[in-house]
Amino acid sequence: MSQVETRSAGDLSVSRPAKRRARGSDKARAEARLGWYLAGPAFVILVAVTGYPILQALYESLFSYRLTAPGDREFVGLKNYGVILTDSLWWKALGNTAMITVVTVAVELVIGFALAMVMHKVLGWLRPIVRTAILVPYAVITVVSAYAWQYAFGLTTGFMNVVLGLDDFDVFANKWSALAVICLSEIWKTTPFISLLLLAGLAQVPSDMTEAAKVDGATAWERLWKVTLPNMKASIMVALLFRALDAFRIFDNVYIMTKGAAGTETVSSLAYNQTISRLEIGLGSAVSVLLFVCVLAICFIAIKVFKVDLARARGEG
Amino acid sequence: MSAKEKTGWYVGALLIVLYAIVPVVYIVSMSLKSEAALSEKTFFPTNATWANYQGIFAGDGADLFLPALRNSIITCLVATFIAVVLAMFAAYAIARLDFPGKRVVLTSALAVAVFPVITMVTPLFNLWRQIGLYDTIPGLIIPYLALTLPISIWTMSAFFRGIPWDMEQAAQVDGATSWQAFRKVIVPLAAPGVFTTAIIAFFIAWNDFVFGISLTSTSDAQPVPAALSSFTGSSYFVQPTGAISAAAVIVTIPVVVLALVFQRRIVAGLTNGAVKG
Repeated sequence: MSQVETRSAGDLSVSRPAKRRARGSDKARAEARLGWYLAGPAFVILVAVTGYPILQALYESLFSYRLTAPGDREFVGLKNYGVILTDSLWWKALGNTAMITVVTVAVELVIGFALAMVMHKVLGWLRPIVRTAILVPYAVITVVSAYAWQYAFGLTTGFMNVVLGLDDFDVFANKWSALAVICLSEIWKTTPFISLLLLAGLAQVPSDMTEAAKVDGATAWERLWKVTLPNMKASIMVALLFRALDAFRIFDNVYIMTKGAAGTETVSSLAYNQTISRLEIGLGSAVSVLLFVCVLAICFIAIKVFKVDLARARGEG
Repeated sequence: MSAKEKTGWYVGALLIVLYAIVPVVYIVSMSLKSEAALSEKTFFPTNATWANYQGIFAGDGADLFLPALRNSIITCLVATFIAVVLAMFAAYAIARLDFPGKRVVLTSALAVAVFPVITMVTPLFNLWRQIGLYDTIPGLIIPYLALTLPISIWTMSAFFRGIPWDMEQAAQVDGATSWQAFRKVIVPLAAPGVFTTAIIAFFIAWNDFVFGISLTSTSDAQPVPAALSSFTGSSYFVQPTGAISAAAVIVTIPVVVLALVFQRRIVAGLTNGAVKG
């Protein structure tokens, strides 16, 4: 059991209920009522702003419905899903999204861990500077970061083609190079988040354990794999899952850099293009629902296969 | 730690600083290039000019940029305010009270946080058109709550759990009324957490792009990120690179300044909410 979990188990909020319940049911009922009065509004809004759209999307995905011809709206059952699932565009978008997710999360875990190690080890005047600098990519909005990377690699504006000796090669006209730059900008922007989570995890690794391993003659590498990493499993899992879900929804970078051209379509950009550009509400809704199903699947896999108890990893009491 | 190891970590630290700021420095440098110099393909401008900034504040771009800046500021501030107030009540209840369904509130906040934003866009786009919320500021504030509320609830309940609530009773024993005890003891302890949460929620709203481009179409409600992508150049064949860069710098400055000033709190807020909960 990790440090994270044991800490929350000893938390006041966990030990309190038992004490409270003993005080009599009137008081307990009044407390329950007050609890819902306070938490209710936030809860109702949360459910309304997401519950309504998902139900509406489910409903509309069953219709052939184009905004430019609303009169032709017709119930078609699951036909939209059939159209999408047999279209190679969907599978390409899904493949791209999965690839972006795997590549960015893997690279971010490695870089993020390296950054966290440096932030953990550096002392003195440099420490606050590093911890401040790492927040810059977090604060810069995704659209701005996408433009910065697009201009850096752009055919007419960019210095990267000169640096890399690519001459007149248009990075954004080729699927793989465009996807690579999309991944780069995503990695730049979101690695700080991972490294901060990992830094918090590192801080919870008991230092006497690493010291003991050192005394016993373990190499730095062995200490890393056998002591440090196992002890920060909870924060690695949380970072991994949250970034994976986030990466799977990637949209801003793709929209700015290629608008899905050159075969760089992702699931989110496909949903956007169907709905907002082509006004195909029925098909767009079906893509949205499929995206939602994918996200649920990732959560399910994370919870079942990797045994992440989200609420507990997040210290819910 | 040996001197050699120490140097290694210091080099690493410098690399991190470079990693973090190079793309930002580059967009600043692009914003200072003249239209003719944009195709220089260099990192730094040879002849820096303020022309792009003039363009977005007073020239051609002003009609698009200034309303967008106003929309962004209003929308993000209002959404942050509503989210933080509602989340504050919820977090207080979660940290302080015992009520059935506590876990349901936290779990649904988590579920909403991982919800794909684009899935909300299709139905909202359609509904907003029917009820007249399309291309309005309230029409943007409501979906922004889906972005800001979950993280506010998580971050603030993490902060509130760390508050020693018994101190309030101790103050009452010492003769303070319960309101005095709450105001003088709890409020000062809770304020930093509320403030940090507000900054993080504001960042998230400021970063939004999906809702911005899908649910707005004119300068009535379009926020800056969406406006950036609809900039046009001085003629059809000229890319608005300079104007976009200048506008990008302007939207970046406030959030980067906030991040730098409240660095310690933001780090604590992000990691508390995510790791310690």
